[in-house]
Amino acid sequence: MPVANDASAFVEFDRVQKSYDGEQLVVKDLNLSMPKGEFLTMLGPSGSGKTTCLMMLAGFETATHGDIRLDGKPINDIPPHKRGIGMVFQNYALFPHMTVAENLAFPLQVRKMDRNTQEEKVKRALGRVQMNDFAGRRPAQLSGGQQQRIALARALVFEPELVLMDEPLGALDKQLRETLQFEITNLAHELGITVVYVTHDQTEALTMSDRVAVFENGRIQQLAAPDELYEEPQNSFVAQFIGENNTLEGVVAEITDTTCVVKLDSGEVIDAVPVNVNKVGDRTKVSIRPERVEVDTKKLGPNAHTLKAEVLEFVYMGDIFRTRLRVAGNTDFVIKTRNSPDQTKLTPGTTIDIGWLPRDCRALDA
Amino acid sequence: MSNATTGPDNLTGVTPDTGLKIGQSDESGPMLAADGTPLKKSLNRALRKQKIRALALIAPLLIFILATFIYPIGEMLFRSVENQIVGEVLPRTVRVLADWESENDPVPGDAVFSALTKDMMVAVEEKNHTRLGSRLNYEVSGVSSLFRKSGRSVDDFGEVYTDQFIALDPAWEDPLTFVSIFADEAWVEADAAYDGEGRRPRFLLRDGVGEVLPQTASMYRDFARVVQTEDEDSPTEEDVWNSVYLALYEDLSVQPDIPAGLPQAEMLATARGAVADFETADLRAAFVDVDEGWEETRVWQTIQQYSAPYTTGYFLNSVDLQKTPDGVDWRPENEQIYVTLFIRTMIMSTIITVSCILLGYPVAWLLANLPASKANLLMILVLLPFWTSLLVRTSAWKALLQNQGVINDLAVWIGIVADDNRLALINNATGTVIAMTHILLPFMILPLYSVMKTIPPSYLRAAKSLGATNVTAFRRVYFPQSVPGIGAGSILVFILSIGYYITPEIVGGTKGVFISNRIAYHISTSLNWGLAAALGSILLAVVLLLYWCYDRIVGIDNVKLGG
Ligand SMILES: Nc1ncnc2c1ncn2[C@@H]1O[C@H](COP(=O)(O)OP(=O)(O)OP(=O)(O)O)[C@@H](O)[C@H]1O
Ligand SMILES: [Mg+2]
Repeated sequence: MPVANDASAFVEFDRVQKSYDGEQLVVKDLNLSMPKGEFLTMLGPSGSGKTTCLMMLAGFETATHGDIRLDGKPINDIPPHKRGIGMVFQNYALFPHMTVAENLAFPLQVRKMDRNTQEEKVKRALGRVQMNDFAGRRPAQLSGGQQQRIALARALVFEPELVLMDEPLGALDKQLRETLQFEITNLAHELGITVVYVTHDQTEALTMSDRVAVFENGRIQQLAAPDELYEEPQNSFVAQFIGENNTLEGVVAEITDTTCVVKLDSGEVIDAVPVNVNKVGDRTKVSIRPERVEVDTKKLGPNAHTLKAEVLEFVYMGDIFRTRLRVAGNTDFVIKTRNSPDQTKLTPGTTIDIGWLPRDCRALDA
Repeated sequence: MSNATTGPDNLTGVTPDTGLKIGQSDESGPMLAADGTPLKKSLNRALRKQKIRALALIAPLLIFILATFIYPIGEMLFRSVENQIVGEVLPRTVRVLADWESENDPVPGDAVFSALTKDMMVAVEEKNHTRLGSRLNYEVSGVSSLFRKSGRSVDDFGEVYTDQFIALDPAWEDPLTFVSIFADEAWVEADAAYDGEGRRPRFLLRDGVGEVLPQTASMYRDFARVVQTEDEDSPTEEDVWNSVYLALYEDLSVQPDIPAGLPQAEMLATARGAVADFETADLRAAFVDVDEGWEETRVWQTIQQYSAPYTTGYFLNSVDLQKTPDGVDWRPENEQIYVTLFIRTMIMSTIITVSCILLGYPVAWLLANLPASKANLLMILVLLPFWTSLLVRTSAWKALLQNQGVINDLAVWIGIVADDNRLALINNATGTVIAMTHILLPFMILPLYSVMKTIPPSYLRAAKSLGATNVTAFRRVYFPQSVPGIGAGSILVFILSIGYYITPEIVGGTKGVFISNRIAYHISTSLNWGLAAALGSILLAVVLLLYWCYDRIVGIDNVKLGG
């Protein structure tokens, strides 16, 4: 598991632990290695330790145990202001008594750059976020989105190689968030900076990142590229947390390297891909993505699984239909079907056949 | 701080206000509400009810403030210029004295002494002359005893005239003679019918007698009033004062003829014929005989200067000036105390405020940044002084700071101070500064704390992540944001401090007292309320001036007591 001393690593957490009170570990044995230029997102529920990790990296919290290395050098003893890490805070943390331009010039002033360089860099940074017209304003005179742009520009103006962002878009509305997500990823790739991004919005994580680290309870549950994370969740927490997911609970009846048979609690028997079940008799949660469930079972191949399902609720969502079914005793079984011309609208109360391919059905931990 | 003055006025771009103006300029004429009434009008109507309700809620407080704050301040401002006592007690003298010019005449003429005789007579009977004496004593020392002494003998002045009138006709001795001349008939009847129950009917002057015998009528009316109110007796039974005879003599001397319609016209006519041969009294000599002070030009100048109902005298006095015949001038060196006191009050208040900032800032910072449980404990310690009596705390400082006190003992024991050279920590400015800083410290800490509480720690972190050292981050990011708290705390501490009284009184000695101690002295000991009011008004003006300066320099919207 440990990835210590990975030569290509730019940011490295090596067996890092953190406790605030000496009783509880908020971060437990964190190992993480990021190459230069990567956009990595830490995703996880509230209180899972994401901010803590970020703060340790930035130098505002010290790791209780373990090493954090930046470009191969341990940074545990380097004070925050010497780490040269750009940072964007959730509440923007723009200095209210300074104008936008003064805010941006601040990191340059403390680096004792001459006035012309300062002006030029501030101008360029403002240009990058299309905020040139707002240089003379105070942060309080800007909208949330504008403040966020300025915060971003300020974190980038001194050209750090690593930028940390802690839920930078948390306070914005959906549309603005999407625009800014796009802008941030573009900027990051354009400038070639390494970004550690914290969010608890999974869409944000999936759309923006090269890799996503799913946190729970102070541990990384899975660290993978977005598509892998979505399609091949390594445990039921990740499966539940990322995207919509149907679970059926049961016991492993037969198992080989590539397939297993699960006897569901309701009595049905289904095939699944064993992901983290080891032996016959293990309890398991079988996970199936809603969009992988097929209503027209004839479309599936011969080795597909079919089950009877009772339609409980039908929701028209425009581009898709979302139908809630009772399947093998689970009344929260959701399927999504595309609104295509040949698609039928299911009527609540009727019983239908549903099916899926065994490879879309993953037997995870219970 | 330099950019702290940028208030909302300096907003650029579209503010709600300018936005509205832009919106309006597109329209021709005022905006109309749905029913066609002008929008402004219907908005006002809608808001009026709310306003009335809001007003009703604060009405009790408003009334309370008016009664206990605004009115007393108004009263104080009034008292600091009010000076009606001279004109009220010596009305005749003041009138005659108006023509006197001290350059030509070191002592005013006989007319003034005659008027003074009459005024003093009334004043003595009404016991006002000592009040006036003490008032004028603030301006010229010695006047108080001058008035007191003269008061004792003034009732004999002018007796020469009384004797001569009686010699002319014994009927002049009879009080009823005067009653028949000067009293209104209806009053005479009412007075005769008075049986001791309820109020005595108030004396009324007969119509027309005032035109014929103006001085006497006015003097007799005063006499009647005094007899009725002070002696609770009837003028019909009391012997008439010598000064009434004096007035009668003067009236008759200038009156060409007595109208026949007047009662006792014959008697009056006879007397008129005789007065020319009367032996005259030298009233000036009589006064000077009692006290030579009456020959001092300074005394008369003062009476003349303070005869107006309003005066700047108290204010001049408050800044160690005085009125002299040649205009305003400094008081004698040994009487100059107030300017020094004012300056000392300002300087010491500034020192106290600065000490409070220096001591309070770190504490407030700790309070705002410690975890809640520790912060609460610290907060209790900060608030502890509020739970003990001010007097107790100040007295405790006395025990600590005195020559044989705890601090000196400790210093001697450690060896920093020689036993025979103990530190003078009390009964001087040092004592006042130490004790006052301690007492006012919470007033600095609390506003500072409430402002610091609103500064998120992420600002400091942001500054550090941007490359600022701890010191720079504090200086450039944290401190500017805490300035409103410093401002609020300083205003609070400074204003409380320049008006403080108890602590300097107890630990200040003579070198550590404030102007307020002097005000208290004038209020409770010297009873010179006018001067106290003037000093208080100056203090008020200084506070307002400082407030204004602060507003100009820092901006009052930069003062925050919290969120
Ligand atoms: N300064 C602190 N002192 C003590 N405990 C803390 C402190 N900061 C965070 N914690 C605790 O550490 C745990 C992790 O907190 P952290 O802020 O890292 O969570 P997070 O993943 O960022 O959550 P969120 O998504 O809500 O921001 C939480 O249980 C929190 O209560
Ligand atoms: Mg967080």
